[in-house]
Amino acid sequence: MSPLLSMTHIDKRFAGIPALSSATFEVAPGEVHALIGQNGAGKSTLIKVLTGYHKRDAGEIVFDGAPFEATSPHHAQASGISTIYQEINLVPYRSVTENICLGREARRFGLLDWKRMHAEAESLLERFNLDLDVRRPLMEFNTATQQLVAIARAIGFSAKLVIMDEPTSSLDEREVAVLFEVIRQLKQDGVSVVFVSHKIDELYAVCDRVTIMRDGRTVKTAAMQEIDRIDLVSSMLGRSIEKNAGHATAFTSRDPKKIGAELLSARNMAVDQSVQDVSFDIRSGEIAGFAGLLGAGRTETARLVFGVDRPRNGAMKFEGQDYSPRNPGEAIAAGMGFCTEDRKSEGIVPEMSVAENMMLALMPKLNRSGIIDEKAQRAIVERFIAQLGIKCSGPDQKIRELSGGNQQKVLLARWLAMNPRLLILDEPTRGIDIGAKGEIQTLIKSLADQGLAVLMISSELEEVIEGADRVFVLREGKSVAELQREAATEDAVMAAMAEGAGPAQEEARVEQ
Amino acid sequence: MSNSTRSANMVDPFDFLARYGTLIALALLIIFNIAFTRNFATMQTLNVNLTQVCTIVIVAVGMTLVIGTGGIDLSVGSLMAISGALAPMIFLGKIVPIDNIYLAVAVAMLASILVAGLFGLFNGWLVAHYRIQPIVATLVLFIAGRGIAQVMTNGNLQTFRVPEFQFIGLGRVFGIPFQVILMAAIVLVAYYVLKRTVFGRQIIAIGGNERAAELSGVAVSKVKLIVYAVSGLCAGVAGLIVIAINSSSDANLVGLGMELDAIAAVAVGGTFLSGGKATIIGTLLGAMTIQLVRYTLLANGVPDAAALVVKAAIIVLAVWIQQQGRQA
Repeated sequence: MSPLLSMTHIDKRFAGIPALSSATFEVAPGEVHALIGQNGAGKSTLIKVLTGYHKRDAGEIVFDGAPFEATSPHHAQASGISTIYQEINLVPYRSVTENICLGREARRFGLLDWKRMHAEAESLLERFNLDLDVRRPLMEFNTATQQLVAIARAIGFSAKLVIMDEPTSSLDEREVAVLFEVIRQLKQDGVSVVFVSHKIDELYAVCDRVTIMRDGRTVKTAAMQEIDRIDLVSSMLGRSIEKNAGHATAFTSRDPKKIGAELLSARNMAVDQSVQDVSFDIRSGEIAGFAGLLGAGRTETARLVFGVDRPRNGAMKFEGQDYSPRNPGEAIAAGMGFCTEDRKSEGIVPEMSVAENMMLALMPKLNRSGIIDEKAQRAIVERFIAQLGIKCSGPDQKIRELSGGNQQKVLLARWLAMNPRLLILDEPTRGIDIGAKGEIQTLIKSLADQGLAVLMISSELEEVIEGADRVFVLREGKSVAELQREAATEDAVMAAMAEGAGPAQEEARVEQ
Repeated sequence: MSNSTRSANMVDPFDFLARYGTLIALALLIIFNIAFTRNFATMQTLNVNLTQVCTIVIVAVGMTLVIGTGGIDLSVGSLMAISGALAPMIFLGKIVPIDNIYLAVAVAMLASILVAGLFGLFNGWLVAHYRIQPIVATLVLFIAGRGIAQVMTNGNLQTFRVPEFQFIGLGRVFGIPFQVILMAAIVLVAYYVLKRTVFGRQIIAIGGNERAAELSGVAVSKVKLIVYAVSGLCAGVAGLIVIAINSSSDANLVGLGMELDAIAAVAVGGTFLSGGKATIIGTLLGAMTIQLVRYTLLANGVPDAAALVVKAAIIVLAVWIQQQGRQA
């Protein structure tokens, strides 16, 4: 049977940087095909090229037996490719019919033909075994039903291919079950589904095949029952379990004597779906690593520690004292710093200078009178520029003009200037060129050697394995393993990320 | 790759315009007037223009701080009306008779400015605590504020002749109108705060990237409360100047449309309306430019209604230049 969709050797560059390199993706009729990969692997770009958001630079797309080139998302939809996003884009206080027919209302003599629209809506919902009073406002129904209406609306009568981008992220278990039922229904009707998700259990529950992306390439396509979990994860992360080729990072071995007493402990932290039961502790002078797939709850846990979000459950101790920060200010006052994952939206203030960005956290402490002591600030800024090798024209250059690596160094300096006890680094080397990456890794180690406790979150497995003294593995909001440096081999960490080690396994590894 | 070298070597024309455009426009306007408008280069012309621009500048200073945090304050005109309604009630002894006129005027001024400041604090509370969009939060008092002022005065015009009070709008010190001195003082203080204090940096940081500021320990809610309160205080002062000049207070008219004049001055001055970059001197120049355009048109026989269209065109141009400068 010829495939419904085949995308071959798709290239796409943004400002000269490749986002897709020769990506190849095939979907058979009536197939549920999982598309997975880490952040920035190219999943969304691939989908956006298909649906006409982006124009491809090279490659071929054949859809439904003919060469295909979507000029706009609307065109893709009209051609039979429907996309369903995470959020429900509906109008809650209008009727189900109005929501379904939004933008394609039936008209009669220039007026809306309600009778026909209600009938259409009913027959469409019937297809999903939904028996609703379509005249009632959408908000009177529960989230799962609303989600189904959104899906019904997106699919309409003519979709041949449905793309679901993390459809389950906002659903509870029961709602997920309903969604899976819909997917099976679609499949029965011969509709193909592309399913993007980070939850491995779901892939096995509903998908026929999987395509794994990494660094803009499609690295593997396999039938779900022929690929095991560890294989899946290692293909995403780009490591093979057999080989472990020397040092991939600038981290070097550490002297265990540099690790001191316990500084922070967190027990049974929970906030919502994203963090359900996370426990860990960290000692001064220690580099603790958080490993886990996207959505495992690593960043969300860090936000709890730093007082950005308030936990629903759990207890923390910092330097032996009960610790429950109400806002980042209190976490900072306690001696913490937090370099966020998203430099642009949570780190830099783009219109401000290097100096102003670097001094943002220290400013109130340094200038107690409220009046800025430019001379004192400048001395600190210049010291850090020299010490961290920040490449800029001077303290007054705007930070947005710096490269990613240099921006990251400025943000590191923002916290180092505070002389913190604990520094949380969320993806400290993401989007940074190799040279700066090594420098930052070396810096992290030397800071720990001076007694700083570092909590490092990284999606690059080698960074966690080679850098961390202890690795905490998180999976779907729960801590599933704690591995000492020696025990934290690639296969051990990946096995925990993929399946989660049982308590017995976990203890065995700690003892090693 | 090397963004740093590119922007250091090349002068972007839009960047240049965004930086010095207002100053150039003001200079061109003055040259034009010296050449074509009769009796332009006189002290009297200067005085007329300065006194007319004073209240706009004072309100626009508060507005600059608010806009610096990424907010906006639509209530300033209504707060002027409230302060303008309250002050005469006090110094005319309608609430509590105060025998000493100096004391009465002092109490009147302080109380009305303070009340306007408290209403500003209310704006800040809505914005910071309930996270209501500033445009909506301040719309509340934009609508209700003038109503409050009218209720306070029963909708009556209050007229008075109290030189001790009217000094704020009519008095002169060494020949300089007192309101100009007041304006200069407010501008200087605000300039210093924005340039040299921790608080000023925090305003800009919030406007530039609120999440980054919050994650760096900036007390975002507190800063917002303060800037809206300051905006209220500035409006309170401006309200007093307006009624002092008019020798009367009409709750219907005091500060009418002031929010738009102030926002226009801020925008033309080069402050980003989205926050993150604010310049007090720019605001001063922006207000003066708009005033001078209006004066130029009037002095050359163009009706006031047409001047409004020109004013709008200047704002569009200023914002457009800003956008181009930022994209580059």
